[in-house]
Amino acid sequence: MPTRRAKIPTTKYPVERFRLDNGLRVVLTPDRSAPVIGVAVVYDVGIRSEPEGRTGFAHLFEHLMFQGSENLEKLAHFRHVQGAGGTFNGSTHLDYTDYFETLPSNALERALFLEADRMRGPRLTEENLRNQVDVVKEEIRVNVLNRPYGGFPWLTLPPVMFDTFPNAHDGYGSFTDLESATVADAADFFRRYYASGNAVLAVSGDIDVVEATALIERHFGDVPARPAPERPDFTEPDLTVERRHAYTDQLAPLPAVAGAWRVPDPIDDFAGYLPYVVLAEVLTDGDASRLVERLVQRDRTVTGIGGYLGFMGDPFDVRDPTALLLQAHLPPGGDVDKVLRTFDEELDRLATDGLTEGELARTQARMATHLLRDTDAVLGRALRMAVLEQQRGEPGLLNELPRLVGEVTEDQVRAAAATLRPERRAAVEVIPGGAR
Amino acid sequence: MSSVTTTPPAEARALPPLGPTRKLKLPKQAERRLANGLTVIAVRRPAVPLVELRLWMPFGRTHLARGAMLSQTVLSGTRTHTATRIAAELQKVGGGLSAGIDPDRLMLSGAGLVTGLDRMLEILADVLIGATYPAEWVDTERDRLVDRIQVAQSQPAHLARTALLKRIYGRHPYAVQTPEPDQVRAVRPAALRKLHADQVHPAEAVLVLVGDVQPERALDAAEKALAGWNGDRRGAELPPAPPLEPGPLLLVDRPGSVQSSLRVALPAVPRTHPDHAPLQLANLLFGGYFSSRWTENIREDKGYTYGPHSTVEHSVAGSVLVAAAEVATEVTGPALLETMYELGRLATVAPKPDELEQARQYALGTLQLGMSTQAGLASLTSAYAGNGLRLEFLAEHAARLAKATVDDVAEVAARYLAPANAVTLVLGDADRIEGQLAVLTPVRRESA
Repeated sequence: MPTRRAKIPTTKYPVERFRLDNGLRVVLTPDRSAPVIGVAVVYDVGIRSEPEGRTGFAHLFEHLMFQGSENLEKLAHFRHVQGAGGTFNGSTHLDYTDYFETLPSNALERALFLEADRMRGPRLTEENLRNQVDVVKEEIRVNVLNRPYGGFPWLTLPPVMFDTFPNAHDGYGSFTDLESATVADAADFFRRYYASGNAVLAVSGDIDVVEATALIERHFGDVPARPAPERPDFTEPDLTVERRHAYTDQLAPLPAVAGAWRVPDPIDDFAGYLPYVVLAEVLTDGDASRLVERLVQRDRTVTGIGGYLGFMGDPFDVRDPTALLLQAHLPPGGDVDKVLRTFDEELDRLATDGLTEGELARTQARMATHLLRDTDAVLGRALRMAVLEQQRGEPGLLNELPRLVGEVTEDQVRAAAATLRPERRAAVEVIPGGAR
Repeated sequence: MSSVTTTPPAEARALPPLGPTRKLKLPKQAERRLANGLTVIAVRRPAVPLVELRLWMPFGRTHLARGAMLSQTVLSGTRTHTATRIAAELQKVGGGLSAGIDPDRLMLSGAGLVTGLDRMLEILADVLIGATYPAEWVDTERDRLVDRIQVAQSQPAHLARTALLKRIYGRHPYAVQTPEPDQVRAVRPAALRKLHADQVHPAEAVLVLVGDVQPERALDAAEKALAGWNGDRRGAELPPAPPLEPGPLLLVDRPGSVQSSLRVALPAVPRTHPDHAPLQLANLLFGGYFSSRWTENIREDKGYTYGPHSTVEHSVAGSVLVAAAEVATEVTGPALLETMYELGRLATVAPKPDELEQARQYALGTLQLGMSTQAGLASLTSAYAGNGLRLEFLAEHAARLAKATVDDVAEVAARYLAPANAVTLVLGDADRIEGQLAVLTPVRRESA
């Protein structure tokens, strides 16, 4: 059957960029299709930058940014955002930390005020610190300690793959380290990393560019200028011998395994990196994908499989070093070695025989849908563009992604598959200790 | 205080006021009831060149394990297409479909490039009319579902939910929503074909299409593709959900648990009830958003928990308010104490106007946010339509939210949020928490 190739559509969100005198970079992307706005502030510091003995600190500090600031009491931030009809949150990633709101557009100035106020300085008190250490411990219990497969594989695979503290350590943090954190640590962290020159502000949605620019200058213009710190080199050599680790999860009823391979630098070698993003989808997106067909349907050696780029599933907002991951959940008594061997076989087959008729085009069409769907949310645009500005100086790349993904060729995907050799792999296995 | 903030600003900065409120504006839409009884609603939001699809089919009172298996396997093949082919054909137009089930409905949902709408509808029709439930595929999916249930049963949130449903719904069909592995193992393809033949029909079903479409043109496309889908469902009405019966706190043992799952169920009313809007506001004040009393107390003041939340859940046969928090084992008693305190305070003392205003703005603002994406609009339109409502209800509801007074909210709080009405359940390490709880309230202990 001849393949009708779906035409990959793109978006044309306009992009305005500028920089304030204090070094703050700003991205505006107006879209008046709904009376809502997204506001995102992204600081160029994440899990990889936290000091030894302070695991989990970047995330703990994110919590402290909500505990009041120069002109705002504790609880005021939440109340002002929600009292304007908006929602808020923040999240800590390997290479950045974001703070964001979605609001009806009549709250633009208020949101700018709130973000500028904490950029000038959060209220760092002993009481708030102790309170948020307790809250973070409960967060870790909910997400890691009190559930099966907690932290698998995003916390359990990096220490197998990497040797240096920045890349290998537990980003949620040990309770000992969290409890050791001091107000002085927080002040130091703020001074070093939460500099105007180390931040990007992005505003999306129902805004007028001229008016928004004036408001941004009014509220952020007098944030004291501090330069961005020098970014350390987090590079590590690739693996040349396979690494394996297995651990027992007392709550898990069934086995699971994840394998990861290093991929090209997502920033410096974007063209080399993109084929891996496509490859992950060719392997695992839906019932017509290779690994689902083989492992779930034919062999029945796994009950679920996923493939993605980046330990936090963040293909376009992570720097080097990062990885392509394949993770699988197995049936009772499942054979992890066999699953890993089948990964190898299927990667070999793909590298050797290439793709089937239409396989690449349909995967790319589906990827376009996913990318476009993410950008429909006003906040999705602000967050993505803020990070693209921060890491690449290229927020407009968001508009180009569906097309660029669509231009990846079969040869590139095959070549990418050929590099995912067992000797370059790090794998982690969950041994079920549960089954209550 | 650190050196970063010891220097106060020369002059305190004032919080900027909000600009004028934008009136809620409903998107362009069209609706048609097809000859086969299917209702189709199409809504225009052209922001990105995609279309969202939701097909809501009533599915109450069906066999639990067979229903669960049907939703696992409805996309596993038709007379003309294998499951792999269905998935590949959908992918070609950037599409995908998935199925989900609850005690009210079977739902098929998906999204794809808008240029592929006709093709997605064609494939949808093929599945609705001609799903074959191939034996081999059913075998595979049965094992997968059993595994998934086993994993769910190791998760505290699932166990707490299961125990709570049983406690509040008793003998009602809502009481058990997850089948046992053995029941799933007994499901055969023939039973799925029969269930499909009996239940998967257009009468009473609602298809919602939202996206970069002209609504009339989308209705035409749906009519063309789905005209051959026919028949009436052989189903029975769900009985109304029973009223909550307060009683001793139910303590469900999960030995070794490092947290306790606290659940409080309270009475609520359907969306169309006059008390709904003030109750939504009362729920926000209590625990329905971050700036609520409960969150400010047990998280931001005491640090007992990460994400407490209360929400009004609407189902076809009734509504219920559920408050949920995962709290550290050692503070389970104190967390329950604060929870009952905050419920009792709201039920006995009228809120301050400022506090109500803040909750009202949040309720109104988040209506706007919920409508601002294709996916949000589609899910909202479908949830409303499944309960006999249309998007126009948003405007009515917004008007009710806007005019609810302090007295209205105090009155519904007394009626619905009173701790005396509560059904309370805690899942956790019973040996470590029973004593803490028993000093506050009578406790009945059960194993998980």
